[in-house]
Amino acid sequence: MANPAPQPPTPSQSAQQAEGQAAAGEEKIHTASQWQLMWWKFRRHRMAIAGGIFIAIMYFVAALCEFLAPYPLDKRFAKFNAAPPQPIRFVDAEGRFHLRPFVYALREYSDPVTWRLTYQDDTTKMAPIYLFVRRDGYKFWGRWAGNLHLFGVKGEQETLFLLGTDNLGRDLYSRILYGARISLSIGLVGVLISLAIGAVLGGISGYYGGITDTILQRTIELLRSIPTIPLWMALSAALPPGLPPQQTYFGITVILSIIGWTGLARVTRGKVLALREEDFVMAARIGGTSELRIIVRHLLPSFLSHLIVTVTLSIPGMILGETSLSFLGLGLRPPVTSWGVLLQDAQNIVAIAHTPWKLLPALFVIATVFAFNFLGDGLRDAADPYAR
Amino acid sequence: MLKYIARRVLLMIPTLFLVSVISFVIIQLPPGDYLTSVVAAMATTGDIMTQDRLDTLKAEYGLDQPVYVQYGKWMWNIVSRGHFGWSWHWNRPVTEMIADRLAITVILSLVTMVFTWVVALPIGVYSATHQYSKLDYLFTSISFVGLATPGFLLALVLIWISVAYFSQNVAGLFSPEFVDAPWSMARIVDMLKHIWVPVVILGTSGTAGLIRTMRGNLLDELHKPYVTTARAKGLEERRLLWKYPVRVAVNPFVSTIGWSLAGLFSGSTIVAVVLGLPTVGPLLLTALLAQDMYMAGSILFIISFLTVIGTLISDILLAWVDPRIRLEGER
Repeated sequence: MANPAPQPPTPSQSAQQAEGQAAAGEEKIHTASQWQLMWWKFRRHRMAIAGGIFIAIMYFVAALCEFLAPYPLDKRFAKFNAAPPQPIRFVDAEGRFHLRPFVYALREYSDPVTWRLTYQDDTTKMAPIYLFVRRDGYKFWGRWAGNLHLFGVKGEQETLFLLGTDNLGRDLYSRILYGARISLSIGLVGVLISLAIGAVLGGISGYYGGITDTILQRTIELLRSIPTIPLWMALSAALPPGLPPQQTYFGITVILSIIGWTGLARVTRGKVLALREEDFVMAARIGGTSELRIIVRHLLPSFLSHLIVTVTLSIPGMILGETSLSFLGLGLRPPVTSWGVLLQDAQNIVAIAHTPWKLLPALFVIATVFAFNFLGDGLRDAADPYAR
Repeated sequence: MLKYIARRVLLMIPTLFLVSVISFVIIQLPPGDYLTSVVAAMATTGDIMTQDRLDTLKAEYGLDQPVYVQYGKWMWNIVSRGHFGWSWHWNRPVTEMIADRLAITVILSLVTMVFTWVVALPIGVYSATHQYSKLDYLFTSISFVGLATPGFLLALVLIWISVAYFSQNVAGLFSPEFVDAPWSMARIVDMLKHIWVPVVILGTSGTAGLIRTMRGNLLDELHKPYVTTARAKGLEERRLLWKYPVRVAVNPFVSTIGWSLAGLFSGSTIVAVVLGLPTVGPLLLTALLAQDMYMAGSILFIISFLTVIGTLISDILLAWVDPRIRLEGER
């Protein structure tokens, strides 16, 4: 507390200084804004910070995938179908160290026992990796032509498959980066639609109460009593298969939001219900403030932080939903490439046993969901800075 | 108590009715119907269906009637005779197709639920009573991973591990010789030998969630005055723990049975596709892809029905466990 208690004079100068600093710190806490308090509380949550940084990097990658990926989405290497990952090396087969990283070229090779065709390193052919390589043109964001890649190999015959290739000889690493754009944006767009529906309906439900509230609550309960994935499956099966990619994308986002809004509506309703009884709302109403202004100016800032938490925690559900649907073949379809679409290749045991790298998109899904959960957890702790 | 149950059962009826309507409407959503796909398939082989024949078939399937009549007939047959309609894709009655698979779905879900409880309860209690111990940190990290990994990805990874390192196939629920065998003691034993893999996969995220809930709730309870009072009276620590705070903290376990059942049905649909389990999940997928309307609608309706029943049971159990709720109903 700031009020100074009567204290005996301390003999040590340093102790006095420390006390002064502590008092200044408390002073700062008392004058800090709500958002500042939240940030201070959030900062202490290391895993949440790490999660936030990871998510920021992933969205950055998704935004710049054309430049960051060594190959365009559909670049095919007909000779290298289902080729294994090529590890980046600094030391060659003879033990010599190279400052410039390189990969060994792949050589076709058939297993002497099973006769299955695979690939192995051809230690006579080295492909050095360069930064800022100009090759394989692309259209950045489908608009601006370019051919600069962050890194890559230069020769047309040389290959760089960091995470292997799929059955059509397309570089999986590049495809995962392109997939990030679809998978991550669908989470964001889906949650925005859910937020728009959920916040409005939840707000109305909580603010006005009565019959509107009852009807909305029953509707939510009803929607939630149908198991989510079967419901999503049934709805996305209703999307006609011949739809253009953009419309399928939009359709899937809307389908994911049909369940998504219920959670957001519940949070909003609960908060509005609690807040509308507060004295400051009463004061505003007596002061003749319009309903709209009360909602926007007084109620919204009070539960905005909780809304942000719920939004953060519902994004992973959206991403997983899209992944599940696309994996089953009911969601996005090629040529649209999301992580779920990529995982379709890993559906049967034979594929998993012989080409396990096709499972790698799953790793990205799990890591992203993980990061969002941590971020949301940290935000939830910070959302109520006055607790404890 | 009886009054409470009666009221809950009555409230359930409109919900069930609406769920059945939603199931039916969703199934009607796709443009065209099963006949359209039949006609399209015939066209690719060079057959052309005459308008006459089409009309006859439409009448036969009842597709020439308005939607509400179709719904009414479907519902009436379910209520009066337990018939869920005809599966066009399999050319057999829906009831016959799903009875076995439904039983397996329910068994799988219940076993998973018991697994979830048996694992989560002791771990949650341990984590709360030994907060910030090494094991608590271990359990907490495991449960975070469990929460972030959806069942079907876990299943894919497990398949890979079992094939790559143990040269075994974990998919399926029966040994080859029992797949199509009729139910017998040997078949049940065989199923129990295989069931643990899907149970662990399906149960992971639920267990992780329950550990978190149990730990959080119990931590809240442990600092309440009544615990201090009981301790001050000299009650033995173990009895105190299990008799009071755990009983209060376990409430969410009971109250979420309905939701977790929904979650299990939801998760098992896609896990079953990956692992090739003979549950209703894969059947739903095929039915949806083939626009096999009554099949898909019936499955959607039945699993929603089971979820609603699950919620009812959990409400009744909650009232039984927690006198506060029971008394509120009687007042």
